[in-house]
Amino acid sequence: MTDIAVVGFAQAPNVRRASGTTNGVEMLVPLFRRVLADTGLSKHDIGFWCSGSSDYLAGRAFSFVAAVDAIGAFPPVNESHVEMDAAWAMYEAWAKILTGEVETALVYGFGKSSAGQLRRVLALQLDPYVVAPLWPDSVSIAAIQARLGIEAGRWSERAMAEVAAHSRAAATANGLAQLAGPADGRVDVDDLLAAPYLADPLRAHDCAPITDGAAAVVLASGSRARELCERPAWITGLEHRVDSANLGARDLAASPSAAAAAAAAVGAARIDGVEAAELHAPFTHQEILLRGELAALGLGDEVRVNESGGVLAGNPMFAAGLACVGNAARQVMDGRAGRVLGHATSGPALQQNLVCVLEGRDQ
Amino acid sequence: MGKQLAAVIGSGQTHHRSKRLDVSMAGLCREAIDRALADAAVDLADIEAVVVGKAPDLFEGVMMPELFLADALGAVGKPLLRVHTAGSVGGSTANVAASLVHSGLHRRVLAVAFEKQSESNAMWALSIPTPFVMPVHAGAGGYFAPHVRSYIRRSGAPEHIGAMVAVKDRRNGARNPYAHLRQGDITLESVRSSTMLWDPIRYDETCPSSDGACAMVIADEGTASGRPAAWIHGTAMRTEPTTFAGRDQVNPQAGRDAAAAAWKEAGIADPLSSVDVAEIYVPFSWFEPMWLENLGFAEEGQGWKLTETGATEIGGRLPVNPSGGVLCSNPIGASGMLRFAEAAMQVMGRAGEHQVDRARTALGHAYGGGSQYFALWVVGAGKPGAEPHTGGRP
Repeated sequence: MTDIAVVGFAQAPNVRRASGTTNGVEMLVPLFRRVLADTGLSKHDIGFWCSGSSDYLAGRAFSFVAAVDAIGAFPPVNESHVEMDAAWAMYEAWAKILTGEVETALVYGFGKSSAGQLRRVLALQLDPYVVAPLWPDSVSIAAIQARLGIEAGRWSERAMAEVAAHSRAAATANGLAQLAGPADGRVDVDDLLAAPYLADPLRAHDCAPITDGAAAVVLASGSRARELCERPAWITGLEHRVDSANLGARDLAASPSAAAAAAAAVGAARIDGVEAAELHAPFTHQEILLRGELAALGLGDEVRVNESGGVLAGNPMFAAGLACVGNAARQVMDGRAGRVLGHATSGPALQQNLVCVLEGRDQ
Repeated sequence: MGKQLAAVIGSGQTHHRSKRLDVSMAGLCREAIDRALADAAVDLADIEAVVVGKAPDLFEGVMMPELFLADALGAVGKPLLRVHTAGSVGGSTANVAASLVHSGLHRRVLAVAFEKQSESNAMWALSIPTPFVMPVHAGAGGYFAPHVRSYIRRSGAPEHIGAMVAVKDRRNGARNPYAHLRQGDITLESVRSSTMLWDPIRYDETCPSSDGACAMVIADEGTASGRPAAWIHGTAMRTEPTTFAGRDQVNPQAGRDAAAAAWKEAGIADPLSSVDVAEIYVPFSWFEPMWLENLGFAEEGQGWKLTETGATEIGGRLPVNPSGGVLCSNPIGASGMLRFAEAAMQVMGRAGEHQVDRARTALGHAYGGGSQYFALWVVGAGKPGAEPHTGGRP
């Protein structure tokens, strides 16, 4: 199979409210400039463009059409779009490079959650005939999942608060973070647990913040990747799966699709461990759940998880999953890690999951 | 590993209607999927990945409906991708599904596209005010009518050409049991006396608003060899911005580039002599001559002559939209995939009453946005390189 690597990554600052339009153009233009400068490419060198975004988040039809203005797409470009987190756009671009039709791809995602009420907007992802009319919002569904896990003994409110404390402490070193702990990095778990519930058993610290943001990744194949990046993050496993939408028909305290995607990606990469992982867990209990699925594959306590702070420190919808993969890749490109795992999720209660294994090579 | 061969081994579509109140979105998709699986003689268990396409989510009022449809699509436990590239999405979805086979990632992929316009209101969905954009509030027809007027001015085409396309496509649709509009008795006079909606586009020259779905099974060489198949000889997608100074909306560069890329990959130097049948996205009648030029079947300003001389009728030199096309059925998100599937049906000899005699090479075409998104594929009865595209018909 063709060798393909992440050779560039950039992310917009995670902010509660960006001043630009919901088209993402204002956030994307500086990102494109940065990843192109970092790789020494011009926009004319990009073989394929692929983006992820959501019309419902933008509150309009065809929001991705206006985003194309950020490219300056003339002469015309070879381009596609998924109505998903941009991590899945990266999958489409990776497949495109595998066909041999192109050597490079620029993948981007953007989301301006501040334009609406996110938890109500996401309720519209549910079955429109029998579930959505009840307006179960995304935080309440996550709370049901958290409650089921607590009652099954898989996690506790304290363990969840510890995830939040770790995220905020780690995020103090992330200049793009929206939520970070105090400068000394000390977050007191008892202080967190003293806060009132937002949606029992979830407190505010258990929920990713509402974020406006964007992310971009550059992919390249073979020798092209080595020309563009001193230490490419080679993709050795990239898989995704989806679970049933029927919330009452699956064990919400597990994520079969995350487990299956991880098993397939780790199997493709033929590895027995990773040094670091960036997990897309918009709720604290979901990080514990995902760590459990990885531990079942032998990726246990030695894995450094979410050193960027993860999405609890900033959750730009439809870009966050790509940013998790990008932040994992950056650890390889920076030489901080040899083998990493990036993860993205989509849908209610971890319904859909993507896992990417990336590795550095000494040569 | 290099590019792997890929072929359509089965397709299916729904009966398209203005309101399919007898089925949910899941039922609509499943109607097309079940027909495609039966046509391909495979089961859902044989499908390794699912790619879904549809136009804006606001058309049904459901955010990312593929999530709630995962069970009905047979995608649970499998990879599921959701494509959205405006009106071209049905074609783009087929191309993305093809890339999953071309890449060697999968052996059998299910491509599905649908639109259930009756669940919401497309005019509402398209009329949300957005920053820095002057609202048209006239629907797609109001947006495209100036482009048509410009084409007529530039080409000097006689004004009855649009009506000729409408008559041909609606009569073709009468041969297609799945078509929404089946008007075998339509005449040039009746079209030309129908209500003027957006000058020069009349009511009978306008696509309907449909509920419908389309599905295809795309397979690798090992699966497709030795059985009826439409081999994929070339795919292309191109995009350009909606507006910029000097943009040619009548003959967009993105469409010309996409066509050139598809012809090149398929090894076709002279499309008119090499292609036996074309399914082209014609939502308003005048787009037939416009796209014939954009695709390279005719020189600029000459496309209307192919229409006028009857070359685009079934039995003509280049039959265009023997299925009746978008003018007969327009479930927007599926309209592009219907073009791609009908092209495959033609080279597989499975187009029934609207089969073009001895069709060996066919084009599927879709466009979207403000004539800025283009997706194409070229399919053939034989494997790529096995036979020259000489045009199988007299």
